[in-house]
Amino acid sequence: MPDSNNINVEFTLNGNPISIDVAPRDRLLDTLRYALDLTGAKEGCGEGECGACTVYLDGVPANSCLIPTYQVSGRAIDTIESIPADALSDMLASGATQCGACTPGVVMTACWLKRHPELLKTHTVRELMAGNLCRCTGYDGIIDGITDGCQSNYDRGNAS
Amino acid sequence: MKVLSPRSLDEACALLARDPAPRPIAGATDILVHWPDNLNAKAETETYLDISALSDLRHITREDDVLTLGALTTYWDVIQSQACRDDFPMLLDAARQVGSVQIQSRGTWAGNIVNASPAADGVPVLMAYDATVVLRSKSGEMEVRLDEFYSGYKQMQRRPDQLITAIRIPRRTYDTQIFEKVGPRRAQAISKVGLAITHSTEGWRVVAAAVAPMILRCKSVEALLESGAPVRSPDDLAQAIDQDVAPIDDIRSTREYRQRVLARLIYHDLKGVLPAFS
Repeated sequence: MPDSNNINVEFTLNGNPISIDVAPRDRLLDTLRYALDLTGAKEGCGEGECGACTVYLDGVPANSCLIPTYQVSGRAIDTIESIPADALSDMLASGATQCGACTPGVVMTACWLKRHPELLKTHTVRELMAGNLCRCTGYDGIIDGITDGCQSNYDRGNAS
Repeated sequence: MKVLSPRSLDEACALLARDPAPRPIAGATDILVHWPDNLNAKAETETYLDISALSDLRHITREDDVLTLGALTTYWDVIQSQACRDDFPMLLDAARQVGSVQIQSRGTWAGNIVNASPAADGVPVLMAYDATVVLRSKSGEMEVRLDEFYSGYKQMQRRPDQLITAIRIPRRTYDTQIFEKVGPRRAQAISKVGLAITHSTEGWRVVAAAVAPMILRCKSVEALLESGAPVRSPDDLAQAIDQDVAPIDDIRSTREYRQRVLARLIYHDLKGVLPAFS
């Protein structure tokens, strides 16, 4: 049982096994950015509101600013660096990005949503995207970009 | 700062028996907000007991008379659960209004209980369903009703050596289940007023959030509903509400707003449900 100050963590990062020593206090966001040079995830608020630091933890979006790195031991993390560039085309076409600070997080949640069209039976795109704040676009461009990329029928934001 | 990572529940309970007891951590969504470089010297000396790898605690189990949420059950687990959707739709209503998917996928119901925020979203619906909290320590297990769990602001029945291992919810037939959350926006907001109402053969449960130092049942309002006394406007609820709650002015709202909105929510939610409300 680890009972010391440094912890060795082995996990899967963007499909590849990785092993790294971290301090108990290290946040996944900082480990990614400053120890592993994956600077796509951004720090916006640092308290789980803005979603700029969104990564997948075992395939589901999570805020990397609220994950102690030691907790990802044995789990799978995927970052924006794992997303192919063409995933952005619908969003570029709809004007879903302006300053770009929120964009990595927005794209992470958007790509997850597109891979899980079944979620649109119970949720709206707006509800699923509520954890990614954008101060430039007014959201319509983001919602349009996701909508254009989704094959399913869905409600633009008023269904239950 | 130190982290202990027990591999079994027994080991976790043994570590919790240390003095001072380590602080349990799971989804981390509340704890990490106050965590990193910034703040306090206390965080530096604190020892945490990480239970996130105890997979035995991550389950939703439906039996004949009770639904059990293991302590690691997240909001997202509940949103995805057919058992919860079938029997306890308010659990989904509340879960969907907690933060966002990114928070729902990490935050746990047990964490919501022990974080003990007066504005919690998960606690009111659990309390309105008469949930109980299973507490385990080295010396044994006990079960406490959630509506008797809190005694004041962040004051609760859990001893430092106890771990919440499960939340148990009796399965009943409900003819009324209403959850309301009033916040500045639909997502990512902390409640100004929260309300959960149920009715079953066990009677009325009216649970209010963000209007007192802790989440609580409004027993005067419940008694008023049981009595069948006519309620013709929100004002007719004011006296009972005044006996039950003690809201404050703070950054999110005011005492007056909270008290008035609570009355209006209860009135408009039950108008059309109860003949006494007209």
